[in-house]
Amino acid sequence: MDILLKQVGYSYAKDTPFEKRALTDVTLHIPSGSYTAIIGHTGSGKSTVLQHLNALLQPTEGSVLIGERKIEAGTKAKNLREVRKKVGIVFQFPEQQLFDETVLKDIMFGPLNFGVPEEEARRRAIALVEQLGLPEDVLEKSPFDLSGGQMRRVAIAGVLAMEPDVLVLDEPTAGLDPRGRREIMDLFYRLHQEKGLTTVLVTHSMEDAARYADTVAIMHSGKCVATGDVREVFANEEQLGDYRLEPPRTVRMQREFEEKTGLTLDELALTEEALAQSIAQALKEGRELK
Amino acid sequence: MKGTILSFEQVTFTYAPEDKSVKPAVSDLSFSIGEGEWVALVGHNGSGKSTIAKLMNGLLFPQQGTVKAMGLTMSEESLWDIRSQMGMVFQNPDNQFVGATVQDDVAFALENNGVPHEEMVVRVRESLQQVKMADYLDHEPHHLSGGQKQRVAIAGALALRPRLLILDEATSMLDPQGRREVIETIRELREATGLTVLSITHDLEEAALADRVLVMSAGHKQMEGTPDEVFSSGEELTEMGLDLPFAMRMAGLLKQAGVPMTGESMTEHELVEELWTYYSSK
Repeated sequence: MDILLKQVGYSYAKDTPFEKRALTDVTLHIPSGSYTAIIGHTGSGKSTVLQHLNALLQPTEGSVLIGERKIEAGTKAKNLREVRKKVGIVFQFPEQQLFDETVLKDIMFGPLNFGVPEEEARRRAIALVEQLGLPEDVLEKSPFDLSGGQMRRVAIAGVLAMEPDVLVLDEPTAGLDPRGRREIMDLFYRLHQEKGLTTVLVTHSMEDAARYADTVAIMHSGKCVATGDVREVFANEEQLGDYRLEPPRTVRMQREFEEKTGLTLDELALTEEALAQSIAQALKEGRELK
Repeated sequence: MKGTILSFEQVTFTYAPEDKSVKPAVSDLSFSIGEGEWVALVGHNGSGKSTIAKLMNGLLFPQQGTVKAMGLTMSEESLWDIRSQMGMVFQNPDNQFVGATVQDDVAFALENNGVPHEEMVVRVRESLQQVKMADYLDHEPHHLSGGQKQRVAIAGALALRPRLLILDEATSMLDPQGRREVIETIRELREATGLTVLSITHDLEEAALADRVLVMSAGHKQMEGTPDEVFSSGEELTEMGLDLPFAMRMAGLLKQAGVPMTGESMTEHELVEELWTYYSSK
């Protein structure tokens, strides 16, 4: 499902003395099936953009097209149920939104609310608990008796249980340990590919953006200042620097390696594994030439 | 030998002591922290780290074993004495602000402890200087970045002149820049004052700066040693859900890709040097 933000402006508390502008003239196209990372400094407007993706916020200027549905500034949008059903958001620290008596009920809440039959909602909850690497006996437990990492997984299962077409992730792994981080990010990626989801990841981690995304958008001071192919964006260190962002560590190491040895790698490596492979290759060829 | 600030002696704690099927959150744990040391306690989510923090400041009491701090054995009677000598900074910067301005916030605990006004003014300024936030005295907390908020929280703890500063996942909610700010602050603070620090973290880059690292897994202490010693057991750490620092991960991957590596490079820079040396040699 395509999402198109067209010259979107947003002010919090508009027409009051507390009015605060958060977004200015943001145009951003998220093509169906893409994996887009939105990066930018704290306070750059990332989270405000994110809340426009399922009309939790409605633009005060411009328009947002979510699939077939157009949300326009100045008109009151009603019946947002369909939009909310199709665009699932995993907020930061989603475990703070757990509330039900048992894990099973908590995960089933969303789908039931959107009219999914009970049997089907139950089936989804059971399958998701397994996919997220939680023990089966967790289903009948209170979500509040679980460890922090497990609570996070339950909360994520609650969003996935709605089977959205578009999955929006706001720093979904903050505070998790490295293994948990990797497992959850890999799961999102697998779902993205298997189900052809459109995925939007808001993150501070340039490494995650490089590893998973195909497109990157940079937010700065409430504006979308650059969008492009992931390699293109991360190769442009000057532009990143302008917005106080650093390239991923792999890119920094690749540059240092190239400068020191005078060898040039084929392309920008986006993961540690790829960087190790291309360094090994370059060294081998370089040594043979000598 | 310098004095011991904190020690756990064969401590076991279970959240559900009557239910035998529930495993203890902490089992038979012993360790100690000496005056002036920086110790990092690392472990995956659910490894027992938070339980240990709660045992340290008397929010929980062990079913077996003893917790000693500041020369006292932890009990209902001693816990206030112990707590007054311990500063704690927690994970979420937004949950620990009470003051309307930065200086009010730092002064809060001092006021609670009946520190006279003149003394309070001095200590607030001093501790904010130590974390490089002295220019923000009258700023409102919600206008600060995450890293700045955590530095103010550290200043609040320092104002009480604690003998031990405990950082419980204090950097895990920050963006990379905020994390760097906080770690740098702690490093400088240690250099200037020799304060004893315990950082509870799953960030091994942070742990790499400590004098000693304790690795927890499933309630047990799995390893203990200098960062170099602990990191040299690469695979084992990965199996416990932890992650090696970037340079060491890269060295491992390069080795797998057929580049001979010594495994001695601890930073990116050293790694590139090593690759260059290999490239220039015949």
